[in-house]
Amino acid sequence: MANVPADLKYAKSHEWARIQGSEATVGITDHAQHELTDVVFVELPPVGRKLKAGESCAVVESVKTASDIYSPLGGEVTAVNKAVVDNPALVNSEPYSGGWFYRIKLSNPSEANDLLSPEQYLQQIGG
Amino acid sequence: MKRTPLYEIHQQLGGKLIEFGGWEMPVQYTSIVDEHLAVRKNAGLFDISHMGEIVVSGPAAEGFLNHALTNDVRKLAPGQGQYTLCCKETGGVIDDLYVYRLAAEYLLIVNASRIEADAAWLEKQLSLFPRSTQVTLRNVSDATAAVAIQGPRVAEFIDACFSGNATAGTAAAKPSALQKNQVSQFSFEDQPVWVSRTGYTGEDGFEVVAPAEEIAAIWRKIQAVGKTCGLKPAGLGARDTLRTEVCYPLYGHELDEHTTPIEAGLGFFVALDKGEFVGRARLADQKANGVGKKLVAFKMTDKSAPPRPHYPIWSTGPQSAKIGEVVSGTQSPSLGMGIGLGYVPPNFAKPPTALEIEIRGKRAPALVVAKPFYRKVG
Repeated sequence: MANVPADLKYAKSHEWARIQGSEATVGITDHAQHELTDVVFVELPPVGRKLKAGESCAVVESVKTASDIYSPLGGEVTAVNKAVVDNPALVNSEPYSGGWFYRIKLSNPSEANDLLSPEQYLQQIGG
Repeated sequence: MKRTPLYEIHQQLGGKLIEFGGWEMPVQYTSIVDEHLAVRKNAGLFDISHMGEIVVSGPAAEGFLNHALTNDVRKLAPGQGQYTLCCKETGGVIDDLYVYRLAAEYLLIVNASRIEADAAWLEKQLSLFPRSTQVTLRNVSDATAAVAIQGPRVAEFIDACFSGNATAGTAAAKPSALQKNQVSQFSFEDQPVWVSRTGYTGEDGFEVVAPAEEIAAIWRKIQAVGKTCGLKPAGLGARDTLRTEVCYPLYGHELDEHTTPIEAGLGFFVALDKGEFVGRARLADQKANGVGKKLVAFKMTDKSAPPRPHYPIWSTGPQSAKIGEVVSGTQSPSLGMGIGLGYVPPNFAKPPTALEIEIRGKRAPALVVAKPFYRKVG
C-alpha cells in the first residue's frame, strides 16, 4: 500500500507539496515512483524560474518512459535538489525526503486550497 | 485487446499490463531493471504467446519458403531453425521471423503485430507461386502459446521441466543437449511440445511452443524448478532493454515496409546466392552499390536523459544538420548509460563518429559504437 504522509498536500498528477510558511518543497509521491519504477534521470527547473500552478516544469525518466512533472503551486524556484539529479534512484527510495525536486517561494499561498488532502489523494489512487 | 492463456497468471503475479501490438501484456512484474539483471545473471521467464505461429507444409514448402523469405531454408536439417526476413519486391520488410524445419513441415514464428499482415502476404505470394497446390499454409496462432526461458542458469533446470528423449527434430536426450538454433519435440506431462535453443535476449536460453491449453501448467512448472536458480518472471520492458543491448531488431522500430534488411545491417540473413526470391533485385543492388541509410548503435557520452524513439539525430560541427532519427533507445541496465539505435546516412555510420541526439529541444553528445553494446559472458 502506498505511503501518503499526513502532513503534505497532493496534486491529482501525483506531486506532493510540503508547505512551510511562504515556501513549499515539491516532489512526486510514493505511488508515482512505484508506477514509474527505476527512475534513471531527473531534469529540474533552474533556480529563479517562475512557475504557474499546473505548469509542466520537470521531467522524470524511467527505463521505459519520460514523464512530465507539473508544479502543484505557483511561485519562484529558490532551490533544486542536486542530489536527486546525481542519484535519480532517490526518487524511488526516498520519495518524500532525499528524493525531493525543488523549493519555491509561493506567489499565491491560497492555491494550496486547490490541492488534495492526504485522504482525498488516497481515495484517488485507490489506496 | 487480445489476451494470452497466461493472462490470469500475470494478474496473480502482480504484472503491470500494457497494450503491445493489440495484446494486453505484462510490461513488468517488479521492475524492468530487476528483471533485466535476473536474465543477465540467472534466469527469466517470458510469456511470448502473443507471437504468431504459421505452419507451412507440403512437397513444395521448401521451394515456396525460399521464394518468400530472404535466408536459405535449404540449409536447415530437420530440427534446425534460422532467423530470416520476409520482404516486399522493394526490399521493404514485411516481417522478421524464425523458421524451424520440424519433421515434415516448417514452423514460422512471427511478430504479434504482424500476424495478419504476414498471413495475408504469404497467401498472396502462394497464389502467385507455380506449385501453389503443393503447399499448405496454416495460421495456428490462436491455438498455440509459447514461453521463453532466458539466462545463463537456464540449462541447469530446463531438463527438469521436459522429459526426453526427443521424439522429433534434432536427436537429443534432453533439452540441455540442444545446440543453438536446434529444436526438438519433448514431452510435458505426456503431451508433445517443441523446445528450441533460441531467444531474444543475447543470453543462452530456450523457447517452448505448446498448445494454448498446456502453457499455464508449463509456466508453473518452470517457475517451480527455476526458483533455486534465481528465475524471475520478466515482462516486455526487460525484453526490450535486453534486445536493445544486443542490437536485435524489433519490427516497427528498426524494421518496417520502408526499410530493407541491408539498411538494417542484416545482410547476413539475405542469401543472394540461393536464386530468385521476392525482393532479391533491390537487395542485391543495395549490397553492390550501397544504401542511403544505415542502422547505427550509439551511446550517450555525457550525463543525459536516455534517448527515445523518434528523437532527431544531428551531426556535429559547423555544418551540423539533422541527419536521422532514433528508432530504439533506453537506459541500459547492464551498462548504466543511455544507448540507442538509429538510421543515419552511411558516411556517419562508422564508429566512433560523434553525433548529437536532440532531447526535448536540447542536444546531447553521443558516439557511434560497434554493435552489440553487450556480449554475454563466456
